[in-house]
Amino acid sequence: MAAWLKPCPLWQTEWEIMEVEIVAELKQTPLYPVYKDEAKLVPFAGWEMPVQFSGIKVEHEAVRTRAGLFDVSHMGEAEITGPDALALIQKLTTNDASKLEVGQAQYTLMCYPDGGTVDDLLVYKKAEDVYLLVLNAANIDKDVEWIEKHAAGEVTVRNVSDETAQLALQGPLAEQVLQRLTETDLSAIKPFRFLQDVDLDGVRGMVSRTGYTGEDGFEIYLPAEQAADLWKKILAAGKEEGVIPCGLGARDTLRFEARLALYGNELSASVTPLEAGLGFAVKPEKGEFIGRDVLARQKEEGAPRKLVGLEMIGRGIPRSRYPVFAGEEEIGEVTSGTQSPTLKKNVGLALVKREFSEIGTQVEVGIRGKRVAAQVVKTPFYKRSKK
Amino acid sequence: MNLPEELKYSEEHEWVKEEGGNKVRIGITDFAQSELGDIVFVELPEVGDELEADSPFGSVESVKTVSELYAPVSGKVVEVNEDLEDSPENVNESPYSDGWMIVVEMSNPSDLEKLMDASKYKEMVSAD
Repeated sequence: MAAWLKPCPLWQTEWEIMEVEIVAELKQTPLYPVYKDEAKLVPFAGWEMPVQFSGIKVEHEAVRTRAGLFDVSHMGEAEITGPDALALIQKLTTNDASKLEVGQAQYTLMCYPDGGTVDDLLVYKKAEDVYLLVLNAANIDKDVEWIEKHAAGEVTVRNVSDETAQLALQGPLAEQVLQRLTETDLSAIKPFRFLQDVDLDGVRGMVSRTGYTGEDGFEIYLPAEQAADLWKKILAAGKEEGVIPCGLGARDTLRFEARLALYGNELSASVTPLEAGLGFAVKPEKGEFIGRDVLARQKEEGAPRKLVGLEMIGRGIPRSRYPVFAGEEEIGEVTSGTQSPTLKKNVGLALVKREFSEIGTQVEVGIRGKRVAAQVVKTPFYKRSKK
Repeated sequence: MNLPEELKYSEEHEWVKEEGGNKVRIGITDFAQSELGDIVFVELPEVGDELEADSPFGSVESVKTVSELYAPVSGKVVEVNEDLEDSPENVNESPYSDGWMIVVEMSNPSDLEKLMDASKYKEMVSAD
């Protein structure tokens, strides 16, 4: 890529890291050989990943109106097993994993004692005493170390990231398309539920009704060596409906419109889940866990900062890390922002002091040295209509 | 990659078209628009602004990127493509015609000598 093309804000962290380590070996998912010639590839969290295939807007629209297929094999997976597995998960995470039934998944977070976020993740209960944790790619090593450090009693922690691939088929037609590959009734899988060992035209995987796009859809976990086979089968099955391969660019604009947090943007070691508006996944009443004191207090009294939506009034696009002002006071910063492909509006998410978080509050965004008018608006920017 | 022979090219991926009377029209190349992807916002100077060669004069944003535009020549801005305010996608669709950005009256026409012809520019981007 040309030197002129400045690192884009949403990948900034990764680019900065890359520039330091320059040719640190980039990892590739098992699907890399399948799409390397048709996708535009970028370094992301140490991986060489497709940022787009046919174009971010086209892919975004495909997922909102039909369905799109994503390779998210860079995501990490850790298996926690043993009689003390649940106790370990309860100690590490903010949500209440004791409520999970076998076949159910839960969005949750791991926090530091000060309430800052280690990572956000999904916990799958595969069997009594068998859990699968799905981790952000950039955080795998840090997370596994954190989990192992707190493991006590009869529990085994296994990092199965390298042997596990993950495909996400997302969009209103996802079920219809995937159903062509299997006898298993997919309509029976409700949101945040999953089935294991599903036969998808000869490929066996775990099929979960979850996603990161704000649409209906599935995330499929399977052995790495079978990922290419399933990728091709899903695209062939959805050809008529216009199912297309999608990259991380569209994944980001989709999750952004749906106000789904991205670690490194909305979440970090210095941001608590309550500041990021994730109080629904924090359950102080479940008992002791790391970070509970701070989070319980913030839940009761309100957090000092709040994640809000911003819509530009003046000309400009809010981008990650741009400062936000009210009068002369700097009140926070933008965490993610773009031109929403669905709304065609220049919008952002920003972490601001709580007293400036009310809908309609007039603020300014510092865009490369200029102050541009914006106002606090409701989020999510996009919500799908229920069937 | 479309690289019209009659244009000159800068290392920063702008094209420059001589229009007589020391005036040049400026835009970004087909290669640049393709690398950027869907362009959603273009910020340009105003008529009357003075530009200095190799200094930023505006920016172009795609869904995921912000890139600065660097002036290939010094001079005064005499025309700005205001259509790009509402139709930034013109830069993707026709980088050498509807996607033009500004017209500059050069203060130092010898700036043109530093620019590349189509074949040299092609060589540069192919080497990247």
